[in-house]
Amino acid sequence: MNSIHLSARQIAQKVRAGELSALDVLEDHLRQIQTVDGAPGSLRHEHLNPAEENKVHAFIEVTAQRARRQAEQVQALVQRGEDPGPLAGVPVSVKDIFCVEGTTTTAASRILYNFRPPYTATTVERLEKAGALIIGKVNLDEFTYGSSSESSAFQPHPNNPWNTQRVTGGSSGGSAASVAAREVSLSLGTDTGGSIRQPAAFCGVVGLKPTYGRTSRYGLIAFGSSLDCPGPLARDAADAALMLQVLAGMDPKDSTSALAPVPDYLAALQEGVRGMRIGLSRDYDHITYPDTLTGEMSIQAIQPEMNSAVRDAAEVLARLGAEVVEDVPMPNARHGIPAYFVISRVEAASNLHRFDGVKYGYRTGTPVRGLSELYRATRAEGFGLQPKLRILMGMYVSAAQHSAQYYQKALRVRSMIRSDFEQAFDPRGAYRLDALLTPTTPTTAFLRKAVLGDSVLMQYSDQMTVAGNHAGIPAVSIPAGLDPLGLPIGVQFFGMDFREDLILRAAHAYEQATQNAEWRGITPQALRGSEVSA
Amino acid sequence: MKKYEVVIGLETHIQLNTTSKIFCACKADSWGAEPNTNICPVCSGLPGVLPVLNAEAVQKGALLAAAMHAEINPVSYFDRKNYFYPDLPKGYQITQFDEPIGKGGYMDLEMSDGSSRRVRIHKLHLEEDAGKTKIEQGERLVDFNRCGVPLIEMVTEPDLRSGEEAAQYLTQLRQLLRWIGVSEADMERGHLRCDANVSIREAGSTVLNTKTEIKNVNSIDAVRQAIMEEAKRQIEAVEAGRRIQSYTLDWDADTGTLRKMRSKESEADYRYIREPDLLPVRLSAEEIARVLESLPELPLARRARFIRDYQLSGYDADILTSERSLSDYYEESVRLCGGAAKVVSNWMMNDLSRLMNDTGKSAAQLRLRPADLAEIIRMVEDGKINPATGKSLLGKVEAAGGKPAEIVEREGLGLIADEDALSSQIAAVLAESAAEVESFRAGKESLLGWFVGQVMRRTGGKADPKRTRELLLEQLKR
Repeated sequence: MNSIHLSARQIAQKVRAGELSALDVLEDHLRQIQTVDGAPGSLRHEHLNPAEENKVHAFIEVTAQRARRQAEQVQALVQRGEDPGPLAGVPVSVKDIFCVEGTTTTAASRILYNFRPPYTATTVERLEKAGALIIGKVNLDEFTYGSSSESSAFQPHPNNPWNTQRVTGGSSGGSAASVAAREVSLSLGTDTGGSIRQPAAFCGVVGLKPTYGRTSRYGLIAFGSSLDCPGPLARDAADAALMLQVLAGMDPKDSTSALAPVPDYLAALQEGVRGMRIGLSRDYDHITYPDTLTGEMSIQAIQPEMNSAVRDAAEVLARLGAEVVEDVPMPNARHGIPAYFVISRVEAASNLHRFDGVKYGYRTGTPVRGLSELYRATRAEGFGLQPKLRILMGMYVSAAQHSAQYYQKALRVRSMIRSDFEQAFDPRGAYRLDALLTPTTPTTAFLRKAVLGDSVLMQYSDQMTVAGNHAGIPAVSIPAGLDPLGLPIGVQFFGMDFREDLILRAAHAYEQATQNAEWRGITPQALRGSEVSA
Repeated sequence: MKKYEVVIGLETHIQLNTTSKIFCACKADSWGAEPNTNICPVCSGLPGVLPVLNAEAVQKGALLAAAMHAEINPVSYFDRKNYFYPDLPKGYQITQFDEPIGKGGYMDLEMSDGSSRRVRIHKLHLEEDAGKTKIEQGERLVDFNRCGVPLIEMVTEPDLRSGEEAAQYLTQLRQLLRWIGVSEADMERGHLRCDANVSIREAGSTVLNTKTEIKNVNSIDAVRQAIMEEAKRQIEAVEAGRRIQSYTLDWDADTGTLRKMRSKESEADYRYIREPDLLPVRLSAEEIARVLESLPELPLARRARFIRDYQLSGYDADILTSERSLSDYYEESVRLCGGAAKVVSNWMMNDLSRLMNDTGKSAAQLRLRPADLAEIIRMVEDGKINPATGKSLLGKVEAAGGKPAEIVEREGLGLIADEDALSSQIAAVLAESAAEVESFRAGKESLLGWFVGQVMRRTGGKADPKRTRELLLEQLKR
């Protein structure tokens, strides 16, 4: 039996019961990485041989030794009759934006190519304490700035396991790809504008962005500090619930982490959707997109399968006893991306200030005269295009003479977006929703290089997801079918603050009801030919 | 020549004496530590780490705001001030910008010539300190030990009118900081740092002219001197028809001169944003009330009360309220002495202050407690010991401890007031001095003092002088 086909719950249950060795689980997954992943991302731009073209390339660094030590500890606990934890023996990949002591933490940027943090992110610490095996660091857009994972300084970038000519989405592209290609059971990603949910949708896995403050940001290299959320990518809603259970909870090292009690997410799944009120919004069946020349906003249709997937999902839930609420107004959804463009970049520019070649990471090798030359050369050589664009934009819109017009205005838009959701979820309001159901993305996974270079268009692939980050509310993307090209479609549930349990319930109910759907029998391209028998 | 007035605003940075730094668990004070030995991932700006606010810094900041008569802000925020410098490891300083912990406030200066001036506070906020850089043999060295040390930045309105007033402001501020226990306020150690903004204008005018900023002044004398120098320079320049330019000037304490550091015509844009890694600082009405309640009587109020209640001179009241533990010591001693305020004041101004100088201790550190001082003063006042013995007792208690009365007993320092003992000593003196007794009885009464002296000599100075005189007269006139 190859454990790569087991769910995280099954692995943990079998390892805890002594039916399966964590070391065997690890070897199965290392073998799978060996088979499908190909060369890890690196700064050396060698010519790839054609066979590598179709590999997944999810990883930057495989930490087999660390995982082996952890697996041995888990086994030792099992043998002593002690509890190795709820994630015992479960292989997990970590987006290379989390600091993990003993690993190089690159943020997929040249400027941190050699940075080895002397501390470990709280989320990673909690995973290991729960018995998870950290099997490696996975690739992403440089500093998480992107929606395709192509902008990594560490090439080759990840490819979509369903079709390696397509992107994984991003920025947690390596995370989504590694779960979809069964290289790991779970992955730890981050979501600032959609960076967990969009790649999850593109790669046909579940991606959960928790409520802001539900999971600790300590040890996460910041992008937009007021928007960033660590969260799970998993193969199904129950595995996501299992992982969230371990991640969630107050962290004294993160002042913005919440004290709110953590419910039993797995138990909640059993409660079903009968009586739940699931909203649909016409403001989420299209996108509003600026003309690149005139700046005029125009309404653009999204891929029709996206809307039908949402309709179908709503029907499934209605059959299960949920009440579907039509036409919930989300009038400010269309301002999500422009406001995000401003806020995230202002915070990003500030967060990137510390990378100056003085203390750690890359420092220019060219001789410099004086301090400002050191800064300029180091940052010019160390940062890729995306960090530079974000610094320029962030500096511009927060400058004293522009701040009122852009940054302060964007902050006001942000609170308007939040109030859209507050009205929809208000238990005494007109809609009284438990969840809002929308497409996760405007399209399925696009072709490699198709969007890279158009930073505005790239950003618009987050239009469906970004409102959740502005509002700070939880949202989960789940697979809901395949398009005519065989590419995964994702649908998304938004929920109210700290009610991950409700949206996971809806997700789980949908999964259960569609268990036998034809599309669920189709496996990603990267898995075909590899052992599928259980 | 026209008559000019100097217009001065002071910007002070006050290092709070918290146990740990403002956003991490490193010790706040690195005095004497090797460079970069008191740092952690948070204060040295490694990627991914987050600040956690030190509640003690907030408490002390609020207390200072209250002591400055500022309004304590119930909700204040931290902001990022973005700029590049090697001693600023995050590339931004976490500070408070538009919603600081304290709003408004003032300090009343009591000048030695009897005049007074109210100095308004323009800004009072919490922030983290940066590190230090220096150039050594062509290399730039950075020390992060000071990064994250909690500071209060406090800026006055341009309300000061002379170097003397600026010096008085700093003197009173230093006294206040120590008084309420929020800072050691040692200027030499950088606990209290001061920059001065100086401009001049024609007397009677209300315009604010271009100012220069004097940095690096680390003693009160230097502030006074640097401001006087700069005012003189500006007046000469204006008289010569030159324009004052907005320079930053560096004070060289060794030569007593000002050096131009850089011209400062345009303001830097720090692109302030709210610090997203910290929550707003909320102080409930109860917490604010607790801060206000914990605020002790302030130096100026106590000084006025000492003058009023104890009939002290302004000079004595100044000295006795210069430091909080000293003034507490005084009041406690007066209470235990049963109200001999003036007498206690004399003892403290002379003998106790000498003892403190000799031992280098503050009133709070003395082993000699107010109860001991009161006991000594009472013994002298009651004639149980002579004043010289009292003074020597101060040193004895301080050096070896023990209760003053017990020391007097043990060492036989008490005055002989016992009638039998004194009478026999007197009888002995009279028996040895037949000729003098004769003269006295013949009318030479001025010899009485000589007889007292003889008794004193026989008793080693311990005879109670008043009783001795009485008994002598009795026996001589018999």
